[in-house]
Amino acid sequence: MSNEAVLHAHATTEVHHDAHGDHHGEHHHHETFITKYVFSQDHKMIAKQFLITGMVWAVLGGLMSVLFRLQLGYPDSTFPWLEDILGKWAAGGKITPEAYYALVTTHGTVLVFFVLTAGLSGTFANFLIPLQVGARDMASPFMNMLSYWFFFAAGIVMLSSLFVETGPFSGGWTAYPPLSALGDASPGSKTGMDLWLISMALFVVSSLLGGLNYIATVLNMRTKGMSMTRLPLTIWALFFTAILGVLSFPVLFSGFILLIFDRNFGTSFYLSDIFINGVGALPNEGGSAILYQHLFWFLGHPEVYIILLPAMGMVSEILSVNSRKPIFGYMAMVGSLFAIAILAFLVWAHHMFVTGLNPFLGSIFVLLTLLIAVPSAIKVFNWLTTLWRGSIRFTPAMLFAIGFVSLFISGGLTGIWLGNSALDIHLHDTYFVVAHFHIVMGVASMFGMFAGIYHWFPKMYGKQLNNTLGYIHFWATIAGAYLIFWPMHYQGLAGMPRRYYDFSAWESFNQFGDLNRFISTVAMVVFAVQILFLFNFFHSIFKGRKLTNPNPWESNTLEWTTPINPGHGNWVGEIPEVHRWAYDYAKDGKEFIPQTTPVGADESQH
Amino acid sequence: MFLIIAVSVLVFLVIFQIAKASEYVAVLKGEKKSQRQDNKINGFLMVVFLVLGLIGVWYCNEIYFGKTLMAHDAASVEGARVDSMLMVTVGVTGIVFIGTQILLFWFAYKYQETDNRKPYFFAHSTKLELIWTIIPAIVLTVLVTIGLRNWFLFTGEPPQNAMVVEITGKQFGWIFRYPGKDATFGKKYFKNIDNASNTLGIIWDDQLSHDDLVLEQTMYLVKGKPVKLVIGSRDVIHDVGLVHFRMKMDAVPGIPTTLWFTPKYTTKEMKEITGNPNFAYEISCDQMCGNGHYSMKGVIEVLDQEEYDAKMVGIKPYYYTAFPDKDPSMAKPADSLKLAAKPVEAASKVIAKM
Repeated sequence: MSNEAVLHAHATTEVHHDAHGDHHGEHHHHETFITKYVFSQDHKMIAKQFLITGMVWAVLGGLMSVLFRLQLGYPDSTFPWLEDILGKWAAGGKITPEAYYALVTTHGTVLVFFVLTAGLSGTFANFLIPLQVGARDMASPFMNMLSYWFFFAAGIVMLSSLFVETGPFSGGWTAYPPLSALGDASPGSKTGMDLWLISMALFVVSSLLGGLNYIATVLNMRTKGMSMTRLPLTIWALFFTAILGVLSFPVLFSGFILLIFDRNFGTSFYLSDIFINGVGALPNEGGSAILYQHLFWFLGHPEVYIILLPAMGMVSEILSVNSRKPIFGYMAMVGSLFAIAILAFLVWAHHMFVTGLNPFLGSIFVLLTLLIAVPSAIKVFNWLTTLWRGSIRFTPAMLFAIGFVSLFISGGLTGIWLGNSALDIHLHDTYFVVAHFHIVMGVASMFGMFAGIYHWFPKMYGKQLNNTLGYIHFWATIAGAYLIFWPMHYQGLAGMPRRYYDFSAWESFNQFGDLNRFISTVAMVVFAVQILFLFNFFHSIFKGRKLTNPNPWESNTLEWTTPINPGHGNWVGEIPEVHRWAYDYAKDGKEFIPQTTPVGADESQH
Repeated sequence: MFLIIAVSVLVFLVIFQIAKASEYVAVLKGEKKSQRQDNKINGFLMVVFLVLGLIGVWYCNEIYFGKTLMAHDAASVEGARVDSMLMVTVGVTGIVFIGTQILLFWFAYKYQETDNRKPYFFAHSTKLELIWTIIPAIVLTVLVTIGLRNWFLFTGEPPQNAMVVEITGKQFGWIFRYPGKDATFGKKYFKNIDNASNTLGIIWDDQLSHDDLVLEQTMYLVKGKPVKLVIGSRDVIHDVGLVHFRMKMDAVPGIPTTLWFTPKYTTKEMKEITGNPNFAYEISCDQMCGNGHYSMKGVIEVLDQEEYDAKMVGIKPYYYTAFPDKDPSMAKPADSLKLAAKPVEAASKVIAKM
């Protein structure tokens, strides 16, 4: 009943308590434009806000990568139009090193936090948790609204940092001090870094408000009959994601607080033995620059799974629905999610093998890191077995889900190289790492997100996306992703360091001019294809074909039992009761059996 | 530029119109029928993608393998172990990669929906799940064992006969220090740093510092002689990246780190091995350190013992750069008075700073 109570708090006209069920979603709220579209407390609208804000950031972040790829692909050319848009940052039509590093840094920060954290779990946790557990809204719709607006504020601050005179922060998205602490060491570490920190602090608040809400909703607001083991895997994944975020973001925040103290109040948490050219020796002594890295990666590594788990959950769901077959090994899938969530907290120092870490400690982290390969392998083989002897419908969502599995395999396997410290010594901070994390975390999670958007778009807007554009989007993107990132492994094996503005002065790294040009060209084409997707998305919201079947994918989960355009409150009348797990496809000769169908007398057990 | 934008917009419009048209056709033909057709096309593309992808993987290796470091020997004894470990890892992950990708795309193609396909209700199999828990666990144990044996070797103590060189990163270059005849470094303190005459902040009061050699740009090492690098930084975090030796270690201000290896080939020999007359052992900074990060280069020259000895004899201790009047080769009898006064003055300066 708690979810009913939540809505009652807003209901002013409610008199007959026993009859309220019939009116849900119809005339509870007198909604104005502001309360419906701006300061909305409806989880579905908040999800859309997260999604569209995430898309704006994805375009900006993607555009930044196109700009710096221009420098990497054509280091000798000038582009006068760059000066028109970037001004002094591209004097003479060539991006300056300051601008290059600012672009790389902002690209990383924006994509990791704003797109793949807020845009992904913000969107789908908000949208799917109440709909799939059978709740009218989140545990606290108000906190949920705050979560979005803190995210929005974080975005505004980050955006404003692009326009300050000394430039945005340019020390890499990990923001290691002393570089990030000392404005005299890098102009980007002046005002730009202050804004970066404020933005990230706001983002942490947003993420905590959201995460607590997701956890509370999953634990307390499941409908009758929805035991934890009947939850769809999407919910399990989003649940673990929220737990990871709630436990690790505060640690990042503490790291930022110390950094703010070092920057502004003369403390020496991270600073010691520093002499800056043109300034002289600094007074700080006794701090440890490595302390920051421990605090950062204690979030930073779980963050990888915060990005990846929601994609895994959605892919599991979509693979099963479109194979018309139950997900293989449901409990093993939950178990491996759990194992990954636990191990996520125990492997952070594998980002720090070459910092002078105690070798014994390093060896423990090698062991725990490679242990993650076991639950990952379980997931991959379970997905493959789900496809096996299915009856596969290639919807665009299904294609992206299959693409996700392919990319997860490719990028996951290189993790076995990098997690093994003796190899990491050689490959650390080279293009091999760039290839690894872009494939496994960046592109794969992006694919999970696309899969989710294509799959749940009909539920979000009551319209259909154009399939043909979806197919073009998928095939161009997966081919492009491999063409961009696969050859980067070879650059990494040549030892090419990441975050280099120009390789031409290096005898060891200047042999890849053609390849860099090729990668940059493909990157631009792939970026253009994403614009095509966005066009499809926004066009279909308004002009897409109307949905006529409330359950277009013939799926079992609860969200498809709501009306085509559900109001705030989701279900008209009572929230349906759940009688079975979400994956009764092809059971007893029936195509699919929704979770709301009572178990029949003659039904076989599983 | 405008042309490119105009053309892209045009291409967009064409694609969009085609996509829209195909939607109308689908409605006319009937949802079911067009869905089947889409299914066939995409199922076929799955196999095409698999085949082209595998060919692409092979072709990529064909054209780029020769440009990687793996194309020739590692330049250090320890680096050779990295390479062999890397080959084992390529083997293991390569097999899994090809196997799983083939299964994935083949299943997708083979089990596409047709009019008479009945999906098979298969929700669980403890036996299968145990198989793919245990096999990866065993394979990983092997990889971890190989890895950790190398890790402890690389991070352990260097052999007794190792020479020691100190390397210090700064924005944006490297400073090298050799301990001189006494084989011991003089102490240093960062507040003594002075770009003109004391780039490392050496404490001249410490007698051990007087024979230390300080070099920039090039570090000289001896072929076959293990070397231990003592790594530090003057300002922000840098990283000593030695790609040819397959080694790497961060340079952290305030916290010295070390790394050791045994050079296997002289620079001259490497020029022949790589077939590149301009070959140099470059030290690349591998940790983002500011706007000049990409240009932070040092060079290591590996020499035979005789060549090395000849080279080092010609380099004056840094003490004499700081105090030219103490240099015996420059000393003139007439200056003896001044000479006596100067070190005292310098020493008191140091103390005052501390």
